[in-house]
Amino acid sequence: MANAIAQLGNRSLHVVRGLGNMAAFAASIGLAVVTPPVRPEAFVRELYKLGVLSLVIIVVCGLSVGMVLGLQGYHTLERFGAEQSLGALVGLSLIRELGPVVTALLVTGRAGSATTAEIGSMVATEQLDGLRMLSIDPVRLVVSPKALAMIVVMPLLTAIFIVCGLYGGYLVGVGLMGGDPGLYMASIRTSVDFYNDVEACLLKAGVFGVLVGLIATYRGYTSAPNAEGVSAATTSTVVMGSVVVLLADYVLTALWGV
Amino acid sequence: MPLVRNEAEIATAARGGSEARTWPGAENLHVSLQNVRMAYGERSVLKALSCGFSRGRISVILGGSGSGKSTILRLIGGLIHPQAGAVVVDGQDVTRLSERGLFGVRRKLGMLFQGGALLDSYTVFDNLALPLREQTRMSPGEIADQVHGILKEVGVTDADDLLPGQLSGGMLRRVALARALIRKPVILLCDEPFSGLDPVSIKRIEALLVGINQQYGITMIVVSHHIPSTMRMADRVLLLLANRAVEGPPERLREGADREVAEFLNEGQ
Repeated sequence: MANAIAQLGNRSLHVVRGLGNMAAFAASIGLAVVTPPVRPEAFVRELYKLGVLSLVIIVVCGLSVGMVLGLQGYHTLERFGAEQSLGALVGLSLIRELGPVVTALLVTGRAGSATTAEIGSMVATEQLDGLRMLSIDPVRLVVSPKALAMIVVMPLLTAIFIVCGLYGGYLVGVGLMGGDPGLYMASIRTSVDFYNDVEACLLKAGVFGVLVGLIATYRGYTSAPNAEGVSAATTSTVVMGSVVVLLADYVLTALWGV
Repeated sequence: MPLVRNEAEIATAARGGSEARTWPGAENLHVSLQNVRMAYGERSVLKALSCGFSRGRISVILGGSGSGKSTILRLIGGLIHPQAGAVVVDGQDVTRLSERGLFGVRRKLGMLFQGGALLDSYTVFDNLALPLREQTRMSPGEIADQVHGILKEVGVTDADDLLPGQLSGGMLRRVALARALIRKPVILLCDEPFSGLDPVSIKRIEALLVGINQQYGITMIVVSHHIPSTMRMADRVLLLLANRAVEGPPERLREGADREVAEFLNEGQ
């Protein structure tokens, strides 16, 4: 019994220590971002790696999700004679929920894991220690441009995902099912509110960007300096990132209706 | 096992046999470890180790795998912290310094890592220019001059635009050495500079290290498995054995009364 309590205590301490370390790491990233020197080249390079290289997967998945929504939505609405509301269904589903969440999950899987693997392999090959020995802070040079790029990239990719989804819904609802194109567009326009829906969606995406960026960089930075450690850290980023995105989605929706 | 207990004793203690009471420059220790205890989890690596490295000399740390050779270099660089003891680098105990404080000490240090540790997404030129861009007010022209000067010194030319992955093992080691020297350190730490190299490259790196030591008087602490080069270049050897450490001039250790030490040094020949 005493052993079990001791173990529970140890685990709790471990979790609290981990959270504390992560918070300190986040603070050091924040400090690096707001204090000079500014590294625009590094930031743009990361924007390319995290954003541009994720475009194909975002466009393909956005189209697919939109087409499925169009198909399912059309058949369901048809039963109630409400096919003209297809645009509203696709638009609100994508903007309020699916756009930010699915984009965050996709970015976690592609860019988040790549970020962890890159930083982790730098740890394993002593590149970060090499920087420390040159009196260069690796958080400033390597980590902060990646974390900042993730925060910027997430809302942009979310917007692209939503646009592709809306077009996918249009292709199915109008092109395949023969719905009215004007009604599809009009129903989106009348149902989607810019401030309540679009702005909230981008805010949500920004929060997901912070969380995924922090998890991906922290996991890489603290990975064990060997191949197994990098692999474990990469897996952990995908699992932890996905779970945290879904939990945060619930919290944001429940507390602020975002 | 402890060698000695304090810095004064380190300078005069007997190592490698009773005849080795002192050595040239021992009164002028540049780096010293005092009762350092280090463990990774349950595995104890250094048990109250005390040793010193003289200013301007080449000291080589020898020992079996897992004996703590590289750990000593990482302790000196402040990359890891011991469970107990002091690591004094140029008069400052690095175990008591914050990361920011360590940056000051590290400006005096250069480190050649075993795998080079060059940034693999940076070209050779950018790898060398990075610390100058970050920490000096040098103009791009001055930075280029200094980078090309040091590259020439280590015998690397026309490699500015190559990535580390495009370099041969020997070339990579020389570029890494150039980066370690770019800020003109007073202490150079070399982790296995000869591992994985062919005999010609080994001799080349060895000649480079000796030449740099003689030309600039840099204190060098080299971790190595390569006994022949150690016997040629070392002023002092620190040999880490299973339960103890011995220290002394290489020839004296090899010819000394301690059979375990002599066997280690002769088997590697």
